[in-house]
Amino acid sequence: MTTVAPPTVRVKKGSTTSSGGRSGAVSWMVLPALFMFIAFGIIPLLGVLFLSFTQWNGFGEIRPAGFDSWRAVLSDPGLPHALWVTFLVMALSWLVQTPLSILIGVFLAAHKRYRGLLAVLYFIPLLLSSAAIAITYKFLLDPNFGLGPGLQSDLLTQDWLGNGTLALGVVIFVVSWQFIPFHSLIYQGGVRQIPLSMYEAAEIDGAGRVRKFFSITLPQLKYTIITSSTLMVVGSLTFFDLIFVLTAGGPGDATRVLALDMYQTGFRANLMGPASAIAVILVLVGLALALLLRRLGGGSNSDSQLEGA
Amino acid sequence: MATTLTQGPERTEHRRAPSRSSARRRSLLRLNWFGGALGWVWLLIVMIPIYWIVITSFKTQSNYFAQNPLAVPTEPTLENYRLVIESDFARYFMNSVILTLGTIVPAVLISFTAAYAIVRGGRNSRFLRGVNGLFLMGLAIPLQATIIPVYLIIIRLQLYDTLLGIILPSIAFAIPLSVLVLSNFIRDVPNELFESMRMDGATEWGTLWKLAFPLTRPALVTVTIYNGLGVWNGFLLPLILIQSPEQRPLPLALWTFQGQYSINVPAVLASVVLTTLPIVILYAIGRRQLLSGLTAGFGK
Repeated sequence: MTTVAPPTVRVKKGSTTSSGGRSGAVSWMVLPALFMFIAFGIIPLLGVLFLSFTQWNGFGEIRPAGFDSWRAVLSDPGLPHALWVTFLVMALSWLVQTPLSILIGVFLAAHKRYRGLLAVLYFIPLLLSSAAIAITYKFLLDPNFGLGPGLQSDLLTQDWLGNGTLALGVVIFVVSWQFIPFHSLIYQGGVRQIPLSMYEAAEIDGAGRVRKFFSITLPQLKYTIITSSTLMVVGSLTFFDLIFVLTAGGPGDATRVLALDMYQTGFRANLMGPASAIAVILVLVGLALALLLRRLGGGSNSDSQLEGA
Repeated sequence: MATTLTQGPERTEHRRAPSRSSARRRSLLRLNWFGGALGWVWLLIVMIPIYWIVITSFKTQSNYFAQNPLAVPTEPTLENYRLVIESDFARYFMNSVILTLGTIVPAVLISFTAAYAIVRGGRNSRFLRGVNGLFLMGLAIPLQATIIPVYLIIIRLQLYDTLLGIILPSIAFAIPLSVLVLSNFIRDVPNELFESMRMDGATEWGTLWKLAFPLTRPALVTVTIYNGLGVWNGFLLPLILIQSPEQRPLPLALWTFQGQYSINVPAVLASVVLTTLPIVILYAIGRRQLLSGLTAGFGK
């Protein structure tokens, strides 16, 4: 049963015509997923645009309001600030995570013995909910009863979540803590796909380790880097739960990212119209970033790789 | 640039071949003690908080304030766990189980049939290609941005404050990635197998279950665990769609518990442990497939 298809006989996509007229027999199978995705994905996506032109407090009536919400949101200094914080979190967490994940991934790919064990332990942060992680770090970083005072270390005893700059740093750190292991596993997979012959050729040419890393490993990881970066960047727009529980956007509005701004505006201040406008901006930022990263991947040539994302 | 592109087919070829001579690979990739040191240091950074959570959950409250935070408890206690379990933990646990199963079973099933249709019919059907494009677009959109209309829809469906109200949008949010991963795997099934099924007179529906389903089982496990994790740990949808305490799933209960007992750190950490324990057990069982499935699914 398992010996049926020798790989050499495998027909490449596009070369068969035998499946003509088949689509009619299978099309209906896509309908349940399509229905659910339209009902709770596409319609809300259009709905958020619609609601941004209305006035609604979350329970009463929905009234058309023209551009009121947009005017309010765009003239609010909170918006550029939230955009800036979102950008900072995105850029800094990318800068911290990517080099570390690549290096750890390369290491994991080469060393079989530790790899299994490390991979198991590395995955643990992903099993915890962001709420649980945020709660844990809140306790660990407590300036009176946390890890610092407990170990009598002055360096660790800071008002971590009470100082704007430190709080942002903590968010970046916790995000990295949560996701570096995951991205190193992605890079590990990427490194293992690089043909060994390339390294052999480089070795014959007398390339050293560092040289091999920069001339072979890194360029060959291009698509993996794009995949992982896309996940990081688009994901960073949605760090809602972590920041909500850890700092609630504070101190002040030092860590109030766009998603949090949307939630606070909509569900705390009961201004669903402006909150929807913020949500539209969030969607646009996400789409723009995804398109940008796709461009970086080399346009249409990278389609198949991006589909593997 | 040109060289990396021509590398394409060879790369995929390599992925399928079982790793050849790992000794040689090791010698070729020996490059970095630096990465190695980093790997171990990062492991320490990952493990210290986890170690701290576990040991602290067994400490008495006075012990917690008096002792070195990283020392094992001098008088270990189960009191914290008792307190958590008595705070209606079983109910929240059941809510999370219902929520998670109620989401992933239908989500994975409909994503699977959709992926099958897209792979089998996509070549000849603009409709199916369009649907696939729609799902791919869903990957790029932060779906959290749609919570306000979702909230409105759930209110209008009179599903506010019910688990079903969370389940429906969660299913939709799970579809794009699931379809993507599953269709990548179904695409790897050799065409000859489909052909021979067809010769035997099997319907597409039969082929779906008898051929594609068993052959993509690793991917199905991966997608199930991945989505299950997301739903089990999900916080935002319960936060906006649940009001009454008895409908809370675990993460939301954890958050409110933390608000109530913010002084009793060991008890809160015991609830963190209890909330995560089922996932750790599932992970221990499905780990191999999850890790290999994820690296194959994402690393392509």
